[in-house]
Amino acid sequence: MLHVKFMFHRIDGAVIRFLVGAGLVAGAAMLVGQPDPAGAHGFAGDRFFPATILTDDPFVADEMSLPTFTRPPTAADGTHEYDLDVDIAKRITPDLGFTAHYGWVSSHTPGMPTVTGFSGLNTGLQYQLFINPQHEMMALAGLGVSWAHTGRVAALGAPDFTTLTPTFDFGKGFGDLPDSMPFIRPFAITGNLSYDVPTKTESAGSPNPNNFNYGFAFEYSLEYLQHHVKDVGLTAPFDRLIPLVEVALSTPVNRGQSRNTTGTVQPGIIWSGQYYQIGAEAILPVNALSGKGLGGLIQLHFYLDDMFPKTIGRPLLQW
Amino acid sequence: MSLTRQTCRRAALAALAFLASAALAPSGGFAHAFLDHALPSVGSTVHGSPGEVTVWFTQEIEPAFSNLRVVDQNGAQIDKQNNAVDPSDRTVMKVSLPKLPPGKYKVFWHVLSVDTHTTDGTFSFEVAP
Repeated sequence: MLHVKFMFHRIDGAVIRFLVGAGLVAGAAMLVGQPDPAGAHGFAGDRFFPATILTDDPFVADEMSLPTFTRPPTAADGTHEYDLDVDIAKRITPDLGFTAHYGWVSSHTPGMPTVTGFSGLNTGLQYQLFINPQHEMMALAGLGVSWAHTGRVAALGAPDFTTLTPTFDFGKGFGDLPDSMPFIRPFAITGNLSYDVPTKTESAGSPNPNNFNYGFAFEYSLEYLQHHVKDVGLTAPFDRLIPLVEVALSTPVNRGQSRNTTGTVQPGIIWSGQYYQIGAEAILPVNALSGKGLGGLIQLHFYLDDMFPKTIGRPLLQW
Repeated sequence: MSLTRQTCRRAALAALAFLASAALAPSGGFAHAFLDHALPSVGSTVHGSPGEVTVWFTQEIEPAFSNLRVVDQNGAQIDKQNNAVDPSDRTVMKVSLPKLPPGKYKVFWHVLSVDTHTTDGTFSFEVAP
């Protein structure tokens, strides 16, 4: 409750208008349309891959995170911040989708006034390469774009340059292991590989290197265990829990920055229901460059295809 | 156009409440049907041949586009191919079984929920002497 109270004291009109827009986009299109036979989000055979929080999902979907509230680890110079983020994923066709991410930041450096504002707009175009139900595998290729001058550049370090990021995401469940390994079969892993290509080599005297980004999510699905491997007597809400550990790292590859790898390790848990999921993770920096101390986040994530199956939950070209 | 902070805050709360209520209302919408539980239980060993397999789903399903089948270790379908949705409770589907010899059996389910989303899944059980 304290966090909620803090949040609304800090939110300014622009943020609220942004939230209103995001909410109404989801709500306004419930009015018309016909049902269509559509597959479920994040499924490969028996395997359900939840929408992970730190790392990208290996599937196109109609989903929305509203909001993700984050308290990152404190930065090396003592700066601490609170982030409020919104993510939307929308399918254009059953295999082609786009994503958008926007965030609002409240940042405080000791001895300085608190600064608030947007952190920059990120969008992505994604194509589902394949889904293999038998082996619980899926893969996706995409192009992410971090847009210049869409956040507070001077005060919050939002980029003054656009970055293009080709991405490859994959997921693999281990349900195809032999029946003799029943408690290994609920494991799954998802991963992201991407490469940042900034359109400007330097900003305000600091280099903008190309970065190699790599992230993984290690998941143990109690839902899979209970409903596909062995009925161990789990009931709601425990039969929908997915404990996981996410890891994401970024390594610059040029412009004198190649030793400056940063990243976080985030153990947490996701509860997945019929219409939404709730996730919470601790945030541990991997080195001093990535911050110090412990951070944390909580996310509410909606499955638009389940909430609005006749309208905005369908691929755009099927409306 | 300029909105007052109070108006914006109320609108934001209304939008969030709208989304939350749509998500939380159990009868306000439909969703994919998933397995809730089954008999024989998922991954269980039963002594003696069960007369049928019964699966309970989390949502009501469409009888015409839902099916349940049971195969043996060789992949041969061994159920009586009379799978049916319980007319008094459309979250339940059953299929009858002949007398099964000891061994492992796999259940395949494929259902169309009333919102027209399809889902499918599998689980195994073992018949012991």
